[in-house]
Amino acid sequence: MIRLTDQAFDAGALLNDFCMGRIESGAVASFVGIARAEAGRAVALELEAYQGFTEAEIGRIADGARTRFGLDDALIVHRVGRIAPGEAIVFVATASRHRRAAFEGCDFLMDYLKSRAPFWKKEHGPDGARWVEPRPQDHTDVARWD
Amino acid sequence: MARVLLFGRLSDVAGWRERTLDAGAGSIAAIRALLAAEDADLGEALVAPGVQVAVDQAIVRGDLVLNAASEVAFLPPMSGG
Repeated sequence: MIRLTDQAFDAGALLNDFCMGRIESGAVASFVGIARAEAGRAVALELEAYQGFTEAEIGRIADGARTRFGLDDALIVHRVGRIAPGEAIVFVATASRHRRAAFEGCDFLMDYLKSRAPFWKKEHGPDGARWVEPRPQDHTDVARWD
Repeated sequence: MARVLLFGRLSDVAGWRERTLDAGAGSIAAIRALLAAEDADLGEALVAPGVQVAVDQAIVRGDLVLNAASEVAFLPPMSGG
Protein backbone atom coordinates (compact mmCIF):
# COMPACT_ATOMS: atom_id res chain seq x y z
CA MET A 1 0.00 0.00 0.00
CA ILE A 2 1.24 3.45 -0.95
CA ARG A 3 0.22 6.59 0.89
CA LEU A 4 1.34 10.18 0.30
CA THR A 5 0.60 12.66 3.05
CA ASP A 6 1.28 16.32 3.77
CA GLN A 7 0.93 15.67 7.51
CA ALA A 8 3.64 14.57 9.95
CA PHE A 9 3.27 10.89 10.83
CA ASP A 10 4.21 8.61 13.72
CA ALA A 11 6.50 5.92 12.30
CA GLY A 12 6.24 3.83 15.46
CA ALA A 13 2.47 3.72 15.23
CA LEU A 14 2.67 2.77 11.53
CA LEU A 15 5.03 -0.09 12.34
CA ASN A 16 2.80 -1.27 15.14
CA ASP A 17 -0.26 -1.31 12.88
CA PHE A 18 1.70 -3.04 10.13
CA CYS A 19 2.70 -5.88 12.49
CA MET A 20 -0.73 -6.24 14.05
CA GLY A 21 -2.56 -9.44 13.28
CA ARG A 22 0.20 -11.08 11.24
CA ILE A 23 0.32 -14.72 12.17
CA GLU A 24 2.07 -16.16 9.11
CA SER A 25 4.69 -13.49 8.29
CA GLY A 26 7.61 -14.31 10.54
CA ALA A 27 9.57 -11.19 9.61
CA VAL A 28 8.92 -7.47 9.34
CA ALA A 29 11.66 -5.00 8.36
CA SER A 30 11.21 -1.25 8.37
CA PHE A 31 13.04 1.93 7.53
CA VAL A 32 12.41 5.55 8.52
CA GLY A 33 14.04 8.41 6.59
CA ILE A 34 14.33 11.65 8.58
CA ALA A 35 14.95 15.18 7.30
CA ARG A 36 18.43 16.37 8.32
CA ALA A 37 19.18 19.85 9.67
CA GLU A 38 22.65 19.83 8.01
CA ALA A 39 23.97 21.95 10.88
CA GLY A 40 21.53 24.75 10.11
CA ARG A 41 22.03 24.70 6.33
CA ALA A 42 18.63 23.08 5.81
CA VAL A 43 15.65 25.00 7.13
CA ALA A 44 13.09 22.77 5.43
CA LEU A 45 12.63 20.30 2.62
CA GLU A 46 9.82 20.68 0.14
CA LEU A 47 8.68 17.64 -1.77
CA GLU A 48 6.38 17.81 -4.73
CA ALA A 49 4.55 14.81 -6.16
CA TYR A 50 2.32 14.38 -9.20
CA GLN A 51 -0.82 13.14 -7.54
CA GLY A 52 -1.98 9.86 -9.05
CA PHE A 53 1.12 9.43 -11.21
CA THR A 54 3.54 9.29 -8.25
CA GLU A 55 1.45 6.71 -6.34
CA ALA A 56 1.02 4.61 -9.49
CA GLU A 57 4.76 4.59 -10.28
CA ILE A 58 5.71 3.67 -6.72
CA GLY A 59 2.96 1.05 -6.69
CA ARG A 60 4.39 -0.55 -9.81
CA ILE A 61 7.81 -0.86 -8.15
CA ALA A 62 6.28 -2.14 -4.92
CA ASP A 63 4.40 -4.84 -6.86
CA GLY A 64 7.68 -5.80 -8.54
CA ALA A 65 9.40 -6.00 -5.14
CA ARG A 66 6.61 -8.16 -3.77
CA THR A 67 7.13 -10.68 -6.56
CA ARG A 68 10.92 -10.46 -6.68
CA PHE A 69 11.50 -10.95 -2.95
CA GLY A 70 8.40 -12.98 -2.18
CA LEU A 71 6.99 -10.39 0.21
CA ASP A 72 3.70 -10.95 1.98
CA ASP A 73 3.08 -7.22 2.17
CA ALA A 74 4.70 -3.81 1.83
CA LEU A 75 3.71 -0.39 3.12
CA ILE A 76 5.16 2.90 1.92
CA VAL A 77 4.17 6.20 3.52
CA HIS A 78 5.82 9.27 2.03
CA ARG A 79 5.58 12.91 3.00
CA VAL A 80 4.93 15.64 0.47
CA GLY A 81 4.92 19.40 1.03
CA ARG A 82 7.13 21.16 3.53
CA ILE A 83 9.09 18.98 5.95
CA ALA A 84 11.03 20.32 8.94
CA PRO A 85 14.36 18.84 10.10
CA GLY A 86 13.72 15.94 12.47
CA GLU A 87 10.44 14.97 10.82
CA ALA A 88 10.07 11.62 9.09
CA ILE A 89 10.05 11.86 5.29
CA VAL A 90 9.44 8.24 4.45
CA PHE A 91 8.40 5.02 6.14
CA VAL A 92 8.80 1.63 4.49
CA ALA A 93 7.81 -1.70 6.01
CA THR A 94 7.98 -5.13 4.42
CA ALA A 95 6.67 -8.44 5.68
CA SER A 96 7.74 -11.92 4.62
CA ARG A 97 7.92 -15.45 5.99
CA HIS A 98 11.65 -15.16 6.72
CA ARG A 99 13.90 -12.20 7.50
CA ARG A 100 16.17 -12.05 4.42
CA ALA A 101 13.32 -11.20 2.02
CA ALA A 102 11.96 -8.52 4.37
CA PHE A 103 15.40 -6.88 4.75
CA GLU A 104 16.18 -7.01 1.04
CA GLY A 105 12.73 -5.87 -0.04
CA CYS A 106 12.94 -2.87 2.30
CA ASP A 107 16.48 -2.03 1.13
CA PHE A 108 15.43 -2.30 -2.53
CA LEU A 109 12.36 -0.10 -2.06
CA MET A 110 14.40 2.61 -0.32
CA ASP A 111 17.07 2.60 -3.05
CA TYR A 112 14.33 3.00 -5.64
CA LEU A 113 12.50 5.71 -3.67
CA LYS A 114 15.71 7.73 -3.18
CA SER A 115 16.76 7.70 -6.81
CA ARG A 116 13.88 7.13 -9.22
CA ALA A 117 10.57 7.86 -7.56
CA PRO A 118 8.62 10.74 -9.12
CA PHE A 119 9.24 13.48 -6.61
CA TRP A 120 10.79 16.92 -7.00
CA LYS A 121 12.72 18.06 -3.99
CA LYS A 122 13.65 21.57 -2.96
CA GLU A 123 15.93 22.36 -0.07
CA HIS A 124 15.25 25.61 1.74
CA GLY A 125 18.33 27.03 3.48
CA PRO A 126 19.24 30.31 5.15
CA ASP A 127 20.37 31.70 1.76
CA GLY A 128 17.40 30.62 -0.29
CA ALA A 129 16.12 27.49 -1.97
CA ARG A 130 17.63 25.04 -4.44
CA TRP A 131 16.33 22.02 -6.32
CA VAL A 132 18.00 18.78 -5.29
CA GLU A 133 18.76 15.86 -7.58
CA PRO A 134 19.86 12.33 -6.66
CA ARG A 135 23.49 11.99 -5.54
CA PRO A 136 25.79 9.72 -7.57
CA GLN A 137 25.70 7.35 -4.57
CA ASP A 138 21.90 7.07 -4.93
CA HIS A 139 22.34 5.90 -8.53
CA THR A 140 25.06 3.43 -7.49
CA ASP A 141 22.82 2.11 -4.71
CA VAL A 142 19.87 1.44 -6.98
CA ALA A 143 22.09 -0.08 -9.71
CA ARG A 144 22.99 -2.89 -7.26
CA TRP A 145 19.57 -4.40 -7.98
CA ASP A 146 19.76 -4.36 -11.82
CA MET B 1 -7.93 22.41 -25.14
CA ALA B 2 -5.62 20.82 -22.63
CA ARG B 3 -4.76 21.09 -18.97
CA VAL B 4 -1.03 21.74 -18.61
CA LEU B 5 0.86 20.92 -15.41
CA LEU B 6 4.41 21.95 -14.58
CA PHE B 7 6.53 20.35 -11.87
CA GLY B 8 9.75 21.09 -10.02
CA ARG B 9 11.96 23.81 -11.45
CA LEU B 10 9.64 24.26 -14.45
CA SER B 11 6.91 25.84 -12.31
CA ASP B 12 9.52 28.17 -10.79
CA VAL B 13 10.60 29.27 -14.28
CA ALA B 14 7.02 29.78 -15.45
CA GLY B 15 5.59 31.27 -12.26
CA TRP B 16 2.57 28.95 -12.51
CA ARG B 17 1.83 25.31 -11.86
CA GLU B 18 -1.35 24.60 -13.78
CA ARG B 19 -3.15 26.18 -16.71
CA THR B 20 -5.81 25.36 -19.24
CA LEU B 21 -4.87 26.15 -22.82
CA ASP B 22 -7.66 26.64 -25.32
CA ALA B 23 -7.18 27.10 -29.03
CA GLY B 24 -4.15 25.63 -30.74
CA ALA B 25 -3.18 23.12 -28.08
CA GLY B 26 -3.81 20.08 -30.24
CA SER B 27 -0.49 18.31 -29.71
CA ILE B 28 2.47 18.28 -27.36
CA ALA B 29 4.55 20.15 -29.92
CA ALA B 30 1.81 22.78 -30.28
CA ILE B 31 1.69 23.29 -26.52
CA ARG B 32 5.48 23.67 -26.38
CA ALA B 33 5.32 26.24 -29.20
CA LEU B 34 2.48 28.19 -27.55
CA LEU B 35 4.25 28.36 -24.22
CA ALA B 36 7.60 29.23 -25.81
CA ALA B 37 6.00 32.08 -27.78
CA GLU B 38 4.79 33.79 -24.61
CA ASP B 39 7.75 32.87 -22.37
CA ALA B 40 11.09 32.13 -24.01
CA ASP B 41 12.70 30.98 -20.76
CA LEU B 42 9.94 28.46 -20.22
CA GLY B 43 10.19 27.36 -23.84
CA GLU B 44 13.85 26.59 -23.30
CA ALA B 45 13.25 24.86 -19.95
CA LEU B 46 10.62 22.57 -21.49
CA VAL B 47 13.15 21.10 -23.91
CA ALA B 48 16.04 20.90 -21.43
CA PRO B 49 17.75 17.49 -21.11
CA GLY B 50 15.81 15.01 -19.01
CA VAL B 51 12.42 16.73 -19.23
CA GLN B 52 9.75 14.10 -19.84
CA VAL B 53 6.13 14.54 -20.85
CA ALA B 54 3.18 12.61 -19.46
CA VAL B 55 -0.22 12.66 -21.13
CA ASP B 56 -3.07 11.53 -18.89
CA GLN B 57 -0.47 10.30 -16.40
CA ALA B 58 1.46 8.08 -18.81
CA ILE B 59 4.95 8.99 -20.05
CA VAL B 60 4.95 9.73 -23.77
CA ARG B 61 7.98 9.77 -26.06
CA GLY B 62 7.80 11.94 -29.15
CA ASP B 63 4.75 13.97 -30.13
CA LEU B 64 1.13 13.04 -29.59
CA VAL B 65 -2.19 14.46 -30.78
CA LEU B 66 -4.28 15.51 -27.79
CA ASN B 67 -7.99 15.54 -27.17
CA ALA B 68 -9.95 18.26 -25.39
CA ALA B 69 -9.69 16.61 -21.98
CA SER B 70 -6.00 15.73 -22.10
CA GLU B 71 -3.83 16.41 -19.08
CA VAL B 72 -0.29 17.20 -20.16
CA ALA B 73 2.44 17.23 -17.52
CA PHE B 74 6.02 18.39 -18.07
CA LEU B 75 8.31 16.53 -15.68
CA PRO B 76 11.88 17.67 -15.06
CA PRO B 77 14.37 15.03 -13.86
CA MET B 78 12.91 13.33 -10.80
CA SER B 79 14.78 13.75 -7.55
CA GLY B 80 13.56 10.73 -5.64
CA GLY B 81 12.20 11.22 -2.16
